[in-house]
Amino acid sequence: MTNPNAGSAHSSKSLFAKLRSWEAFLTFALILIILVNSTLIPQYFTIANQINLFQLSIEKVIVALVMTFVIINAEIDLSVGSIMGLAACLFGWLFQNGISAEMAIVIVMIAGGLAGALNGYFIAIVGLPSLVVTLATLIGFRGLARVLVEDRGITGFPDWFDALGQQGLIGPVPFSFFAFIVLFIIAFIILHRSAFGRLTYTIGNNREVAEFAGVNTAAVKMKIFISSGLVAAFAGLLYAARVGAVRGDVALGFELDIITLVLLGGVSIFGGSGTMVGTLLALLIVLNLRNGMALMNVTGHIQTGVIGLLLIVSVVLPRLELTRLFNSHNSQGTKQ
Amino acid sequence: MGHLFSRISPQTLRILALLVVLLAIIFFFSTQVPNYLNGRLFNRISSSVAIMALIATGQTLVILTRNIDLSIGSIVGFTAFATGSLISQNPDMAAPLLVLYAMVVGAAFGALNGVLVAYVKIPAIIVTLATMALFRSALVEFSNAKSITSSELPLWLVNFPNTVLLKFGQFQLRAGFAAALIVVLLVHFALARFRPARRFYAVGSNPEAAEMAGINAKATVFAAFVFAGALAGLAGFMFLARFGNITVVAGLGFELKSVAAAVLGGVNIFGGSGTVIGAFIGAILVDLIDTSLVRWEFVSEFSREAVLGALILLSVTADAVLMRRLIGLRANREKKLARAAIKEKGKTSEVNTPKQTGETAT
Repeated sequence: MTNPNAGSAHSSKSLFAKLRSWEAFLTFALILIILVNSTLIPQYFTIANQINLFQLSIEKVIVALVMTFVIINAEIDLSVGSIMGLAACLFGWLFQNGISAEMAIVIVMIAGGLAGALNGYFIAIVGLPSLVVTLATLIGFRGLARVLVEDRGITGFPDWFDALGQQGLIGPVPFSFFAFIVLFIIAFIILHRSAFGRLTYTIGNNREVAEFAGVNTAAVKMKIFISSGLVAAFAGLLYAARVGAVRGDVALGFELDIITLVLLGGVSIFGGSGTMVGTLLALLIVLNLRNGMALMNVTGHIQTGVIGLLLIVSVVLPRLELTRLFNSHNSQGTKQ
Repeated sequence: MGHLFSRISPQTLRILALLVVLLAIIFFFSTQVPNYLNGRLFNRISSSVAIMALIATGQTLVILTRNIDLSIGSIVGFTAFATGSLISQNPDMAAPLLVLYAMVVGAAFGALNGVLVAYVKIPAIIVTLATMALFRSALVEFSNAKSITSSELPLWLVNFPNTVLLKFGQFQLRAGFAAALIVVLLVHFALARFRPARRFYAVGSNPEAAEMAGINAKATVFAAFVFAGALAGLAGFMFLARFGNITVVAGLGFELKSVAAAVLGGVNIFGGSGTVIGAFIGAILVDLIDTSLVRWEFVSEFSREAVLGALILLSVTADAVLMRRLIGLRANREKKLARAAIKEKGKTSEVNTPKQTGETAT
């Protein structure tokens, strides 16, 4: 995959080169999907459907933002789905034990941060592979969630809490949508306009070199995993608010969907490259595609299959492009 | 002690450590749960571990080559269903043919993964993340939203996993477990002694060096995925025989469980080291904890996943720390030997480079 930052470094790149970028390809794909959807499905372009489309997957989409950081940093976090589940269940459990919803939210967010810190400790400080650590915590955090609620469902949250997830905050647009916009802007600024963002790329490209250059790589990784825990806990709370009930299997298996979103957005699994805009485009594509298929009565498993196919195509395509680029100018700096 | 530890190979040491952990867990629960240690425990765990043992074996082959197979659960689901519908339509089909069919279907899925990973050079985690979804939707299409029930299956198939081959008092060696055990041992000895199978280790520990040594790394990675697919197919057959009722969610979540079993069994997630026996013991550990916690009155049965996660984290951390110490011990021993050798030669002020130590130590 070409380094997307190479484009901005060589500002003399022609419009043609820009058009061939990954983001451009995703934009075309998105426009195509929207066109097909709107011609085939009459109810697609209604406000209700557009909001529904976002709201149904808003939790995954929010976690994909922080997952972009994790993968650019050349790590992976498989435990986000379980942290979401744990957060939702902890909220329900606290609430059931007579703690006010406001206080419960605070405690849940702290717990999310701690869960992320636990991942971060084993990855950044003990130095274990993130795939193994987060696989273990995927099982472990899910287990804690099940210990809290066992096989019951907890419901009956305060009205304001449920309303936050289910009703429009301004007009028909719900709170979670605004939360997503704000988080996206924050994530964009941190990744592309801050020193921390540069460090995220540098460490993802080559951890040893970053270390030799005096970067405290463990601290950066720790911060990223703590944020991942915090955002996942927030998303878990959103889930609880949207559904109005929690169970032990909240957000089960979400991690793979979230990782798919990020990879589809052009973030390299080897770290060091990818953009926030790519992730945004990918999640718009997936949401619209799924929505279109759902409205055409395609079952969930088949929808996931189509997304899977898209993922493979999205990785194969730039490779074909890459070989052509290599033939034309060999000096281009490329990864892999 | 140091000498003893540094003489046994790290792999053997890992297996011994795992066995100690296994025995410790059994001992612990036997003091906690009345009537725990008996033949029924063995029978229950051995029949439920048979399926996961096969999947973990395939997963180990793939992980050895620095890859991962997340589609393995979907392959198990698909082959279980495909095999079930084949036998329900042709009830007179011979058993070996049916097993072969399951393995060939599984291997075909594995080959698709293998081509994409080894030859198209897409990272395995992306390929198998995608094919996990694709194979699952293939199953949905193929099944037409119907499910297989055990009443459609011939009696020999349903009875196969629980057929008792050998009996020592209450301990029964059942056919399903015996078959899995044979496969695990075969793959283990092939990996340890059979020259072509050593390539999985060579490619996993250093792909470039393996290429230079004349090993076809692409073909090796491809083979790992095909074998993993075939083993998943076999596991699909066992799944069908054991459960009889197959729906579109069959085998869901097996991919991460198999990775967990392999990692718990000391298979290095970065490839190049680990044993199939280790992964097998890892699978047994997972099952043992699952089965035992349900019967322990002091914790709720819902805590078993939490315990399992903590155990994996603990074992991997202990493993990493111990391995670092072991490497340190070995280096020290070699240094000492080298120094002794140099003293004998009467050259006391010599600096010992690694090359020299290697020569003098042998």
